[in-house]
Amino acid sequence: MELINKQEVSKKLSGRLLLNKVLKYIFLLFTLVGLVVLATLLIDTVLDGWRYLTPDFFTSYSSSRPESAGIYGALIGTLWLMAVTAPIAIILSVGTALYLEEYAPKNRLVNFIKVNISNLAGVPSVVFGLLGLTLFVRLMELDSSVLAAALTMSLMILPVIVVASQESIRSVPSTIREASIGMGATKWQTITRVILPAAVPGIITGIILALSRAIGETAPLIIIGIPTILLFTPTGVLDTFSALPMQIYSWVKLPNPEFQSVTAAGIIVLLFILFLMNSVAIYIRNKYSKRF
Amino acid sequence: MTSSKVKEEKNMNTVYDTAVQDRTEENRTIEQTQAVFQAKDFNLWYGNNHALQNINLDFNENEISAIIGPSGCGKSTFIKSLNRMVELVPIVRTEGDIVYRDQSIFDKSYTVEDLRTKVGMVFQKPNPFPKSIYDNVAYGARVHGVRNKKVLDQVVEKSLKGAAIWDEVKDRLNDNAYGLSGGQQQRICIARALAIEPDVILMDEPTSALDPISTTKIEDLMHELKKDYSIVIVTHNMQQAARISDRTAFFYQGYVVEYDKTNVIFDKPKDQRTEDYVSGRFG
Repeated sequence: MELINKQEVSKKLSGRLLLNKVLKYIFLLFTLVGLVVLATLLIDTVLDGWRYLTPDFFTSYSSSRPESAGIYGALIGTLWLMAVTAPIAIILSVGTALYLEEYAPKNRLVNFIKVNISNLAGVPSVVFGLLGLTLFVRLMELDSSVLAAALTMSLMILPVIVVASQESIRSVPSTIREASIGMGATKWQTITRVILPAAVPGIITGIILALSRAIGETAPLIIIGIPTILLFTPTGVLDTFSALPMQIYSWVKLPNPEFQSVTAAGIIVLLFILFLMNSVAIYIRNKYSKRF
Repeated sequence: MTSSKVKEEKNMNTVYDTAVQDRTEENRTIEQTQAVFQAKDFNLWYGNNHALQNINLDFNENEISAIIGPSGCGKSTFIKSLNRMVELVPIVRTEGDIVYRDQSIFDKSYTVEDLRTKVGMVFQKPNPFPKSIYDNVAYGARVHGVRNKKVLDQVVEKSLKGAAIWDEVKDRLNDNAYGLSGGQQQRICIARALAIEPDVILMDEPTSALDPISTTKIEDLMHELKKDYSIVIVTHNMQQAARISDRTAFFYQGYVVEYDKTNVIFDKPKDQRTEDYVSGRFG
C-alpha cells in the first residue's frame, strides 16, 4: 500500500517550483531596495559636493562664505577625539573582556554582567551624551573638552568592543589553552602568549568598527556642548574642539543653498574615513580568519 | 575558588591521610622501582556525579602505566587529576590524596605551575599553538624564563630529537606547525612536553586521532622515552596497552577494578569484568 499518492505529488510539483522561483526574485528585490538607496545617497552626495573638494577645503577653517569654507578645524578635532578615545576604550574593553572570559568565576552575577554589557550596546547614544554631560562635563568639570568627549565616546563604544573581544577570546580553542597551562604557564602567560595573539584579529576588527561608529556620532557631542564652529584647533586634551559630524550639522542648517554642497563635501570626507576604517577591519578579518 | 576549596579539604584530611599512609606503606608489596605517583583513597565529584571512587594506585618510575576502560569510566578524569588539570572544570571537588614523589599535589605550598612543570601532558588531539615549530617547542622554556637563544636552540633540537621528529622538520623550524600532518603535530606536542624536561609524562589517548603508521611511530617513541621518563597513558585501545605498557589499571564506572602487571591483566585477570573487557565482550 502506498501512503504517498505519486500522482498528487507530480501534480503539485510545478506549483512548488514556481513559488521557489518567484520568492527568489522577491528577495532579490528586497536586497536591491537597500542597495539602490545607498547608491542614490552616495551618487547624489558625491555629485553635489565634488567641486568643493579642493586642497583649500582641507586646509581652511569654516567660514560664512561657502567658497572659502573648509573642514580643517573639524578634521583635526575628530582626529584628536579619536586619538584620545581609542586608547581609553581599548584598554577598558579588552581588560573587561579578558576578566569576564578568563578570570571571572562562572556564577549568576557574572552572567548578569555579561548580559547587561550586551544590553548596554543597545543604549541610544543620546543617553551616553547625558551621562557625559552630568559626569564628565559638570561633575568632573572637564567642560566641553576633548577629554570629556573622549570619555563619553569611550563609554559608548565600550560594550561593542567588549562583546567583540569576548567572542574572539571565546573562539580560541580550549585545547591550546590547556596545552599552555599544562606546561606550567601561568594564566597571564597563557593570555599574553597564546590567547591574545590568536584573538587579536577579532578584537581589532571590533575596535575599528566601534571607532567608526564613534567617529560619525553626533548626538553625544551636541549634548555635552561641543561647539559647531571653531576657528582654532585644540592643543591639549582639556581644550575644546569641533568634530566632523558637528561641522556637517552646522552647515546643513545654514540658509545659503550653496552650503548644501559644502555639507555634501564634508559628508564625503566623513564617509571616506568610515569606508577606509571598515575596509581595514574587513581586510584584517579575512587575512587572519580560519586559523584553527 | 574551587581550588581553594579543594585545598581546604586537603588540609582537613592531612591527619587522616598520614594515618592511612602509614598503614598502607607496611602492606604494600615491595616494588622494583620507586613510585612517582601514589593515589590514596582519591575521590572526585563533578557536581553530584561521583566520578572517581576510592582510587588507590601507584605508578612506578621509568615504567609505562596504562589506564584502560570503557568510555565514561573516569580514566581521563583520573589522568587529568595527576597534574590538576581537572580543576579547570569549575564544579570539581576532590577528597583523598595524590602524592607525587612524597609530596601531596594538593598541598597549599605546592603550586600547580610547579607541578605541571614536572608533570608534562600530551593531549588526545594534537594541539600545537598557531606558531612556528620552533616557537611551539621553545614555548615551555620561554615560559620558564629562558631567554638565551643558544640555550633555546639546544632545547628545541634535543626535544625534537627526543620526539623522533628532528629529521623531518629540521629544515623548516620556522614554518607554522599547522602545516604538519596529524602524526607529526602530535610528535611536536610530545617534543613540546619534553622541552620542559619533565619527570613524568601524562598521555591522554595520544594516538586516538592518528592513523596506524603515526600510532606505531609514537608507540616506538614511548619505548624510548621510558628510559628517561615515567609515563602514564590513558588508552581506548587495549592492544596498545598490551603492546607498550608495563602495568595496566582497568577502570570501570569510576573505580579501579584491577591493577597489575600488564601481562597478568591480559592473560589471567582475577576479576571477571576485567576478563570480559580485555577479551572484548563489552566496552
